[in-house]
Amino acid sequence: MTTSPYAVEMRGITKRFPGVLANDRVDFQVRKGEIHALLGENGAGKSTLMNILSGLYRPDEGEIAIHGQVVEFHSPRDAIRHGVGMVHQHFMLTPSQSVAENVFLGAREIGFVLNPQRMAAEVRRIAEQYRLPVDPNAKIWQLSVGEQQRVEIIKILYRGAEILILDEPTAVLTPQEAENLFVTLRSMAADNKTIIFISHKLEEVLSIADRITVLRSGRVAATLPAQGVTKTELANLMVGRQVLFQLEKPPVQRGEVRLRLDKVCALDDKQLPALCEVSLTVHSGEIVGVAGVAGNGQRELAEAICGLRPLTAGAIEVAGERMTRPTARRMIDAGVAYVPEDRNATGSAPNLSVAENLILKSYRRAEMGAGPFLDLSAMERIAASLVKSFNILTPSIKTPVRKLSGGNLQKVLLAREISSQPKVLIAASPTRGLDIGATESVRSLLLQERSQGAAILLISEDLDEIFAISDRIVVLYEGRIMGEFETADADLTEVGLLMAGGRTPSESFATQDKG
Amino acid sequence: MTSQTTTLTQQRRIGLRIERRLEQPLWLRVLTPFILIAAALLIGALLLSLVGANPWVVYNKMASIAFGSAHGWSDTTIKATPLILAGLGVSIAFRMRLWNIGAEGQLFIGAWVATGFALFWLPRDTPQAIMLLVMAIGGFVGGALWAFVPGVLKAKLNINEIITSLMLTYVAILWNNYWIYGPWSDRGFGLTPQFPRNAWLPRFTDYSGDFPFLRGITAHAGIFLALAVAILLWFVWKRTKWGYEVKVIGDNPRAGQYAGMYLARKIMAVMLLSGGLAGLAGMAEVSGVVHRLQERFSPGYGFTAIIVAWLAKLNPLAIVLVAYLFGGLLVGSDAIQPAGIAKMLQGVVLFVVVGGELLLQYRIKVGRSASS
Ligand SMILES: Nc1ncnc2c1ncn2[C@@H]1O[C@H](COP(=O)(O)OP(=O)(O)OP(=O)(O)O)[C@@H](O)[C@H]1O
Ligand SMILES: [Mg+2]
Repeated sequence: MTTSPYAVEMRGITKRFPGVLANDRVDFQVRKGEIHALLGENGAGKSTLMNILSGLYRPDEGEIAIHGQVVEFHSPRDAIRHGVGMVHQHFMLTPSQSVAENVFLGAREIGFVLNPQRMAAEVRRIAEQYRLPVDPNAKIWQLSVGEQQRVEIIKILYRGAEILILDEPTAVLTPQEAENLFVTLRSMAADNKTIIFISHKLEEVLSIADRITVLRSGRVAATLPAQGVTKTELANLMVGRQVLFQLEKPPVQRGEVRLRLDKVCALDDKQLPALCEVSLTVHSGEIVGVAGVAGNGQRELAEAICGLRPLTAGAIEVAGERMTRPTARRMIDAGVAYVPEDRNATGSAPNLSVAENLILKSYRRAEMGAGPFLDLSAMERIAASLVKSFNILTPSIKTPVRKLSGGNLQKVLLAREISSQPKVLIAASPTRGLDIGATESVRSLLLQERSQGAAILLISEDLDEIFAISDRIVVLYEGRIMGEFETADADLTEVGLLMAGGRTPSESFATQDKG
Repeated sequence: MTSQTTTLTQQRRIGLRIERRLEQPLWLRVLTPFILIAAALLIGALLLSLVGANPWVVYNKMASIAFGSAHGWSDTTIKATPLILAGLGVSIAFRMRLWNIGAEGQLFIGAWVATGFALFWLPRDTPQAIMLLVMAIGGFVGGALWAFVPGVLKAKLNINEIITSLMLTYVAILWNNYWIYGPWSDRGFGLTPQFPRNAWLPRFTDYSGDFPFLRGITAHAGIFLALAVAILLWFVWKRTKWGYEVKVIGDNPRAGQYAGMYLARKIMAVMLLSGGLAGLAGMAEVSGVVHRLQERFSPGYGFTAIIVAWLAKLNPLAIVLVAYLFGGLLVGSDAIQPAGIAKMLQGVVLFVVVGGELLLQYRIKVGRSASS
């Protein structure tokens, strides 16, 4: 018996969901010890293929061999027994328990009695070996997203994973965290572990992957070495036609002030100050970008403006109406739309249909039914037209949104918020997890809204995005506005410095007496 | 690529696997209650034969008693009525993932308020229509307020409604006992005097003068009320903004908040309605069947209603169907001796139904599996 050079061989994998052919006779091979990137548009079937490999779904057809041995997985547990472990985009951790407890949770061999010291030591050993710094005794809820991801990785490593699958790991990370993750991935590959990772960010794929497989509409478009490929070639392979990396951005036409924050303060979930006297204005017809490293008050800022988080001081003015105690209902009625960064936990009701999710903001209006009644045919008509005009890929408008691919769910949210013709639009990481085509179309949608006179606040960690489409940039650091620039005059390094808490000379002078 | 083919085909064996279903297919969801009840009857049959009875004969007898005659249907309807009303009540809360398990207590309070109006708080010669209307509204409001307490605690202080609603059930039963043994007692027994006729819900048998075939059909007008509420609720879930809001909040409260729904207000409203329907069940029971308030006038309808609602997957029309099945079980098993067997059968059904729900989420797969 020869040993296979491949760690993973998937042959002729087909997976159907009602109304969708998610994987169509996919052949996919990964060599032992390589970093293999899986690319493809939203809904191309990447997550589905990896869910099959990790035992979560079963293929309708096809077979899988791990290290040359044909296997049949019936659960993630079977897969991990063969050394295959997956880190999903939505973490599966117990928030109230410690890191060590989460790592050991569900691992069979430990028996009933937990030995906290031994567990912590074991976690520390794995953490050090692969440079995944995390405190074994911290509770999950205290950790940042990046740290939680490390816990997930440690968890599958502890269970003996030789083949690690990471589904869009960098979508939730800051650039710095992503860089650290890559260091870890490289050291694991050097240790002869096999890594498969999904991403929409072409630069990072090119910088870290050894080989790349591109999926298109459920089929393999190509498998190729990363050496010598260009971004444009990859993009063309993904989409199946020429892609333009160009955005039409007409000059700004500022109108009246639509959104004004006047010394707004707010607390975070742990009741600690998250926003300190934030003042900013957004005019009709302009996009203001909020730059900052995640966790510096971005979420609280968005939620305060949308009435989802009480103000502890200050006031918010929307189209001239001043509010010190905004509620979500008042803000919606005043014309504020919100694309939350957290589309599963906040932006949608996962078990409700596409149509029901599309009317989430508009169901109270008269055109959705008189008085207390809900007009189902109006709902379906509106949903069908939004699905069409926003190119949402779904089997039907009755499909529960939890079955949509990540990118298509995002389109549902955007379609809903933009279709309300908002006066003010708050967009938090609106292109996170979107493929390049969808990213471009979201950005051009935002620009289109801007031309229509909406006032847009774009909150994003992606500086390229902020520089590409905003007219003005404010930098948020530890809940304070650290600086404000016209995009045309802004300097990338200066913005980066402010995001890290550094101050320009003039700035530090002005804020000194406030402490 | 072909060089690997040899290693891909290794020895395989046939094996049985139990695996979790990713999704319950529609046919399974529809059939679940029937499968479960059949399974329960099968286990019951085993137990019956263990105690020396012929299960076939027993079941036959139960079925014919419950559904074999007009009187059987009447008795079954009488049991089904409070199950439907209370089942619809808990289903409203369950739809929003509010675990109101105190329907029994709300039912007791509803019955208590109705009794107060029937015997003490309204003039004895109040016209029947007004008397019944006041009793029904009173029963509804009583049950609603009883459920409102856990509702407010949940909405304002986020106190677990499971515990509060259950505790309040025991308070309600003791409250009831105080009145029937104390101030409202009929000569010191644990019951009140009988209601005047104008406080009785009309029964079919009351019309046997004109329609002799209705003689002895003691089912009462409460069933029409129950059916009307079921249809109304079905409409509310399908076609109203209120029903849509409950659905959204039940699935993801944060999304509800984000859409500008008032969560706290909704929780309180849902608990009010939920308890109100249970209270109405209590009113219908004392006014339509017992005609007085007494100890244990309900054999746990409020608890059985939880199972009914759950088995019916919270669908209002399915609740009617399942309530009839359970009503039949209650009537049929009432008629077998000794009574302990009947209780045991009911216990088995509940146990199998609750446990089986979980089991049906798995499937058994026969197939080849690679040896490892
Ligand atoms: N459980 C499911 N039920 C029904 N359809 C599903 C299910 N999971 C995925 N799909 C469908 O299968 C297709 C592929 O989805 P998948 O999640 O694999 O895409 P993806 O490539 O990961 O996309 P994204 O980049 O947006 O995450 C989509 O059309 C999706 O709607
Ligand atoms: Mg995906």
